[in-house]
Amino acid sequence: MSRSVCEVDVPVLSKAAVTDPFLTNFKMGFAFAPNTYTETTYYLQTSPEYGMKRMLASGSGDIYYLGKAFRHEPESPHHNPEFTMLEWYRLGFNDTDLMHEVDALLQNILGVGAAQYLSYDAAFLQYCQLDIWTATHAELVASYQGECAYDLIHESRDHVLQLIFSQQIEPQIGAHNPCFIYDFPASQSALARLKSTEPHKAHRFEVYFKGLELANGYYELTDAEQLQARWQSDNAVRQAQGLEQMPYDKRLIAALDKGLPDCAGVALGVDRLIMLALDAPDIQSTLAFSFAEA
Amino acid sequence: MANFSTNEFKAGLKVMIDGEPCNILENEYVKPGKGQAFNRVKIRKLISNKVLEKTFKSGDSVEGADVLDTELSYLYNDGEFYHFMNNETFEQVAADAKAVGDSVKWLVENDVCTITLFNGSPIAVTPPNFVELEITETDPGLKGDTAGTGGKPATLSTGAVVRVPLFVQRGEVVKVDTRSGEYASRAQK
Repeated sequence: MSRSVCEVDVPVLSKAAVTDPFLTNFKMGFAFAPNTYTETTYYLQTSPEYGMKRMLASGSGDIYYLGKAFRHEPESPHHNPEFTMLEWYRLGFNDTDLMHEVDALLQNILGVGAAQYLSYDAAFLQYCQLDIWTATHAELVASYQGECAYDLIHESRDHVLQLIFSQQIEPQIGAHNPCFIYDFPASQSALARLKSTEPHKAHRFEVYFKGLELANGYYELTDAEQLQARWQSDNAVRQAQGLEQMPYDKRLIAALDKGLPDCAGVALGVDRLIMLALDAPDIQSTLAFSFAEA
Repeated sequence: MANFSTNEFKAGLKVMIDGEPCNILENEYVKPGKGQAFNRVKIRKLISNKVLEKTFKSGDSVEGADVLDTELSYLYNDGEFYHFMNNETFEQVAADAKAVGDSVKWLVENDVCTITLFNGSPIAVTPPNFVELEITETDPGLKGDTAGTGGKPATLSTGAVVRVPLFVQRGEVVKVDTRSGEYASRAQK
């Protein structure tokens, strides 16, 4: 990179896993650990995030990773369970600065014009005439135009928002140029810090182009206690849903405790980017050997 | 009947939705980067024949439907039921007018039809793609006319009305495409 960002490599196999209830690691047993006859579980990483943040905390400066990540999900035209991710972190950047950098990268690679910027709540107002902060749960449910095989009334607010977003907003944004969606609700903050002036919103963004989510970025949460609390609450949600409890990355919490510099980071799906750059019909046709052929 | 999770959904799978057996036509898995995965499933309800799209939460399961397609030849109508027979076992099945539906106008004795059974009872009858039927009524055609002028209506022995070329006459047997309801050719003797 001409912007003095250093390439790094981090382990794709780790004892720590992702706690996000909607992400699933590939799991493997390692049976050769010293002084033990039992298998230690290792997880293929869903992104290089934890390793990279540990590097940032130990003073790496600006870094990027271009390599494999793994998500245990069905293969689909937009997803290969083994995929290539470009993730990078910029010190002293906030989410707005980083969105501009992603915008420049997309213009360069896809030959598109400048992106559109739309906040999460503005997108709902514009495309669904829905004020997500004041609408009742019943109003949210009523504005989903599809027919559900289950009762949305019993689902969480975020579940309904995500459903409406993916079915009624995503198809309408980023048709000609990429579209950034920013200021996600705090309840969908993942590892982004909350806005100090509006704590119901998080410094998180995503970018969409031609019906594909290309990247997800944060002005990073640096507070170790908050990080641990979020992971624990993820595990509580997992428990309520009958999902496995995941061992979260205690080394990352220790690293944050020592101090993660003020930074913003983003992860971009490279296969999707290539698919769009080549105008390919699906991810599989951009790969020499897709998951089904691996 | 076994339950099927959304992970097992594929075109052709028969499941129970809203208390009705349905055929899955398409299944699209949707996974937001952060958030609940779900499936958009296009189905055909096999009794009402309606096509619709349903959103499922990924991982949810539904009951399978005991639906079976069998190839049976049409025998006769007794005024109330339409009788079909398995040519190998000679087992007979009686379908009511509701199950036969619009296919009634394409039923030709001894033709092999697809009968869809739900819990053992017929719910749909699909005629062969082509059937041959005699014209019982049509206006006389003009001399020297050839195909391609739009044709004329002709009533067939089952009551079906199709457009045929002007040169085709009453008493002739014509071949009709049952999927489009269009004249295909004169029957070959």
